[in-house]
Amino acid sequence: MHDDERVSDNKMKTPDSGQGIAPEKIEVKKDDVETLFGDVFRAFQKNRSALVGLCVVLFITVLALSAPYVLSHDPYTMNLDNRNQPPSEAHWFGTDTYGRDLMARVIFGARISLVIGLIPAFLATCIGSILGVASGFYGGKTDFWIMRLADVVLAFPSLLLAMVIMYTLGANLFNIFIALSIVGWASTSRIVRSQTLALKEKEFVEAARALGVKKRTIIFRHILPNCLPNIMVVFTMSIPSAIMQEAGLSFLGVGAQPPTPSWGLLVSQGKEFIFSAPWVAIIPGVAILILVLAFNFMGDGLRDAIDPYMKD
Amino acid sequence: MKRFILKRLLIAVPVLIGITFVIFILLNVVPGDPVALMMGERMSPEIIERVRHQMHLDDPWPVRYVRFLAGAVQGDLGESYKLQRPVADLIVGAFPVTLKLALAAALVAWLIGIPAGILSAVKQYSLTDNFFMGLALTGVSMPVFWTALLFQYVFALKLGWLPVAGFYSAKHLIMPALVLGWSSSGLIARLTRSSLLDVMRHDYIRTARAKGLRNVPVILRHALKNALLPVVTVMALQIAFLLSGSVITESIFNIPGVGRIAVGAIQNRDMPLLQGAVLFTTVLVILGNLAADVLYGWLDPRIRYE
Repeated sequence: MHDDERVSDNKMKTPDSGQGIAPEKIEVKKDDVETLFGDVFRAFQKNRSALVGLCVVLFITVLALSAPYVLSHDPYTMNLDNRNQPPSEAHWFGTDTYGRDLMARVIFGARISLVIGLIPAFLATCIGSILGVASGFYGGKTDFWIMRLADVVLAFPSLLLAMVIMYTLGANLFNIFIALSIVGWASTSRIVRSQTLALKEKEFVEAARALGVKKRTIIFRHILPNCLPNIMVVFTMSIPSAIMQEAGLSFLGVGAQPPTPSWGLLVSQGKEFIFSAPWVAIIPGVAILILVLAFNFMGDGLRDAIDPYMKD
Repeated sequence: MKRFILKRLLIAVPVLIGITFVIFILLNVVPGDPVALMMGERMSPEIIERVRHQMHLDDPWPVRYVRFLAGAVQGDLGESYKLQRPVADLIVGAFPVTLKLALAAALVAWLIGIPAGILSAVKQYSLTDNFFMGLALTGVSMPVFWTALLFQYVFALKLGWLPVAGFYSAKHLIMPALVLGWSSSGLIARLTRSSLLDVMRHDYIRTARAKGLRNVPVILRHALKNALLPVVTVMALQIAFLLSGSVITESIFNIPGVGRIAVGAIQNRDMPLLQGAVLFTTVLVILGNLAADVLYGWLDPRIRYE
């Protein structure tokens, strides 16, 4: 995308510089072209903790996807003779209160956490980006109302707002998508707006405008692609917080409902037995910690790679 | 300074109105019928209708919103369905507990976060730095409810040092404060580090060094003063955040604060109580943000005159 813009910039400049000097033809080898994403990729590769984070996320994703094929136990089958058993050869993570295999439940729970992490974070990022770019680009009343709405959403402690939305919509997995998307868009919109304001003044946008390019085309072809690196960072950073919020909501009983093996719910069910069977609550918590930590390392690495000035 | 404060106050007013509107719409208009929600589906429609009328719930919603707003301004948040007591009394009674917990947790967060941040910045890219920053990220990534259970298991059951739950003495406050403070110390540490690193690049630090000052006085006397400015602001924000973050902590440790009221109200489908608790906490958070803004402007004249 960025190369395209540079090329078209050159094309536009040639007629102006026609003061007797023939435009030189510069040969560019394909390998010499530095793209932003190539740069970012190289910086990200050098960041060891970010790579570890990426590997952990990929590993958990593969495990979650292949769960039904590799697990010997079903996450929903109860066995009341086998309640709260400690980890053993047959049940690596032990069993829960209803004698269900905890490992199967934790691995199936990874599916929920990954979906919850990705979908609401994606929706929130999309909504936030579109509103943010509209706010920054159009200005005036549009800007005023969108930003006041963002102010109001950001004024709420996010867990409380999510709780109220869940109370209203009813506690189930699908409504968590809605609640977390409503809660999450505002901070993205602020970031995208401020970047749009800066980009709006750049020459290439001015040039596009002078050429009579439609406003919508300017937004989607010129402004949004240039916001993309930052949007990527915001998106990566909002995944772990969505996972944490889902876990919190489910733990409080207003998120996923039993027998769904959501990690927050697993910890909540295990808390009754924290003294007699601590693994039932501790192991799903470790799973949350590992996944969230991996995403956080990844997000940090991506941010450092995209914006080296942010690093320290 | 006065103008600065006044400006900030004026910005806060529409936000305050906005949050009351959002809370009202979410809890009164969207669910359709709060009474049916409260009484369950088996109740006969006649009774539901009568209760609706008694509670003035059959008025159009703009009328009800204005009534709600007028009441809230005068400190009247309605009556709890379940407990049959004024919501405002219940919340005001529970608030000191939440405040104590939030302040204690903030203290924990600063005591851990600031020294860790300073050490990391001073020894940038060293093993110490990596260790503390890894720890900070871990702290941020640990779900509060899980940390709480872990602490209960270790400090109450295995070591027997602290009581498991409840709220009767200062000793009962230690574990919840540690849990809640730990979760935000990571943020403080990261912020202190980045802010200190930023300040260390300035010319006046180079001057101080050129004068022959040692590292420790340069950092403690010259750099830290400026580096802690954003940290102070975040501290004020953190208290607001901890006030609301105590929802989970309070319900695990069975602490009778505002957060537990909110969770209990959800379980009992007690709409006025939930509405009151959320409104109260959110207003507190907004006031906290306002205080942070004013504090920042007071500490740093550059902000004030922008």
